[in-house]
Amino acid sequence: MARHTLSVLVEDVPGVLTRVASLFARRAFNINSLAVGPTEVAGMSRITVVVEAEGDLLEQVTKQLNKLINVLKIVELTTEQSVQRDHVLIKVRADAATRLQVTQAADLFRASVVDVAIDSLIIEATGTPEKLSALLSVLEPFGIREIVQSGTLAIGRGAKSMSDRALRSA
Amino acid sequence: MSKGSPISPALLAARPAPPAAPTRETAPAAPASPVRGPNNVVAPTQMLGSAAIVRSLEELGVDDVFGLPGGAILPTYDPLLASTRLRHILVRHEQGAGHAAQGYAMVTGRPGVCIATSGPGATNLVTAIADAHMDSVPMVAITGQVSSAFIGSDAFQEADIVGITMPITKHSYLVTDAQDIPRVLAEAFHIATTGRPGPVLVDVAKDAQQSTMTFSWPPKVDIPGYRPVVRGHAKQVREAARLISGSQRPVFYVGGGVVKGHASAELKELAELVGAPVVTTLMARGVFPDSHRQHVGMPGMHGSVSAVTALQQADLLITLGARFDDRVTGVLSSFAPNAKVIHADIDPAEISKNRTADVPIVGSVKEIIPELTAAVRDAFEGQDRPDISAWWRTIDHLRETYPVGFTQPDDGLSAPQQVIRRIGELTGPEGVFVSGVGQHQMWAAQFIRYERPHAWLNSGGLGTMGYSVPAAMGAKVGNPDRVVWAIDGDGCFQMTNQELATCVINNIPIKVAVINNSSLGMVRQWQTLFYEGRYSNTDLNTGHDTVRVPDFVKLADAYGCVGLRCERDEDIDATIQQALAINDRPVVIDFVVSRDSMVWPMVPSGVSNDLIQIARNMTPTWEQED
Repeated sequence: MARHTLSVLVEDVPGVLTRVASLFARRAFNINSLAVGPTEVAGMSRITVVVEAEGDLLEQVTKQLNKLINVLKIVELTTEQSVQRDHVLIKVRADAATRLQVTQAADLFRASVVDVAIDSLIIEATGTPEKLSALLSVLEPFGIREIVQSGTLAIGRGAKSMSDRALRSA
Repeated sequence: MSKGSPISPALLAARPAPPAAPTRETAPAAPASPVRGPNNVVAPTQMLGSAAIVRSLEELGVDDVFGLPGGAILPTYDPLLASTRLRHILVRHEQGAGHAAQGYAMVTGRPGVCIATSGPGATNLVTAIADAHMDSVPMVAITGQVSSAFIGSDAFQEADIVGITMPITKHSYLVTDAQDIPRVLAEAFHIATTGRPGPVLVDVAKDAQQSTMTFSWPPKVDIPGYRPVVRGHAKQVREAARLISGSQRPVFYVGGGVVKGHASAELKELAELVGAPVVTTLMARGVFPDSHRQHVGMPGMHGSVSAVTALQQADLLITLGARFDDRVTGVLSSFAPNAKVIHADIDPAEISKNRTADVPIVGSVKEIIPELTAAVRDAFEGQDRPDISAWWRTIDHLRETYPVGFTQPDDGLSAPQQVIRRIGELTGPEGVFVSGVGQHQMWAAQFIRYERPHAWLNSGGLGTMGYSVPAAMGAKVGNPDRVVWAIDGDGCFQMTNQELATCVINNIPIKVAVINNSSLGMVRQWQTLFYEGRYSNTDLNTGHDTVRVPDFVKLADAYGCVGLRCERDEDIDATIQQALAINDRPVVIDFVVSRDSMVWPMVPSGVSNDLIQIARNMTPTWEQED
């Protein structure tokens, strides 16, 4: 099954995330990742959903999403025509003996060290899921204590704005 | 879209008005206004949230509401008492209010309104809301909610009804600020009645009902995420016309959307122009007259051989407001295997959901059908019309050879089909027939001849036993001058018959025909056919040679209805006539019928429609295809 990234522009009203998320569950879709946040337009939020689905089923779930009154617009963002990033914070074991190796590994991935303790580091990294999983496999041998990861964020390339178009069509 | 123009109160003509009724001027009704009702201009007036609910309903043009009060909705019931415009009908169970609102909406085309309190009041509405959602019935459910400070604290009679009904409403609102009440109600009515109709829930916290707000009308309604498409795409309409003009074996597959879209006249014109057979689904019975030569029956699991076969052998399905439900298609992959599909529906999500459409047309059938008629007329003009006479010979042969019929039971009791057929014949096509769910529902769909839309009501999608009596009550309130029959089963009737009290007290003289086979008949039929006659928990002991618990005649009598019993074929007509002559109170007839009668034809579950049986293990003899 192919991975699809959907950007869902919604009215920022109570319950909207529940409506969107439960619709996926109801139509038997697994959500791989989900990210929600405000947009440049007051009263509008944007939900980025990554799902694995066949084309026909994805079309059906998109149509069902469109029926939700609080949903303003949905676009599918392909990897070619959009920038897609995940964000991760990783707590890694690192003592005096290994600290340098760990920070070097982080440097290679243009990740930054945001917290240092006697026996651990917190590394912050941004990138595609592939890059982040490569970073994790490099850090694995040192001992990963904890990971927290955001949902994928995605934005279309070029000058066009999704909320612009949503407002015009409204 | 026009949002109505706010008029300064200073510009309104000064008119003496009693303090209770603020200035009321009739504004020219903007046709595109999303606010239902006459769009009267009401200058800002202070009132309580509860009064705003009642006033908004009045301004929205509501006449009748069904409900039952309780703690969290109590504030709203106070101004309701003073309303001269709204007639509130006090039900005995909130489910009855929900189904009554559905029945009302189905016969009038106007949104049905039901009111309940928080917690159990609201959850009792759930079945009716789900039913309205499945059958696309315009309905607004107003529920009280505990005060906003208590929401989330497991307060007395608290239930998250917005959360509970999220999957079964078209939309829902939780109102915690009284100032939002007029706008939310106007939006709720707009959403419930436009596009694909459906139920909208408005949950109002008790403190919002109790606080003061400034009421003005019409409210500003702007729902940026809701823009139903009404007009069909012209290119798609032309493409549909091209397919129709080239089809040898076309069939109109007509669903409940044509009833909801009030497009039966438009359908008749198109169907007569094309000359193709028409099948009407369970939800569409009556939208095309049964007496019309082109009508070949109801399709589906208990459809006629001619209708089922017409769909199976068609080369083109002209699908109007139907949704390829599993009860119509049987095994989807074997449904109408050689047909191209034109699919017109107002809900884009129905297009290609089950069956891929070759020509999708999103829009209102009311707009699409006349455009399609014009396009087909153009297409026919430029060419020789296809000869569909061979197709008609096939279908006519099936129709004559395998009419929907029944056999007389061996046990000496009446055939339920005969009872239902006579109710239809003696009442005539101007009556309204509301069924429950099960065998009697299928027989009522098969054996009553429907000549007009909005004459046949049933719970098609959800299959809610207990729909009949309360829905008939709502239908009678909406159509007081029509004879309204609840055609119910002995199982269904026991689920909601408490609304007989509502009917008696409020002078809503419905007629209830309990088709009493002393069992959960449809389940029993499946046990007969698929479980070797092991009748697990389907005997209800209400019929012939049983203890008769309850005795339906005594029950009717206890409620103040006229109770009649009919146990012999020779009494059927006289009993129906007697019921038709009584119009001052509800009538309940206990029609004691055979429990062994079965619904035929039948496509067994899980097989192709080609395997339709006209009786047990009997399939039609198919002609050799050329």
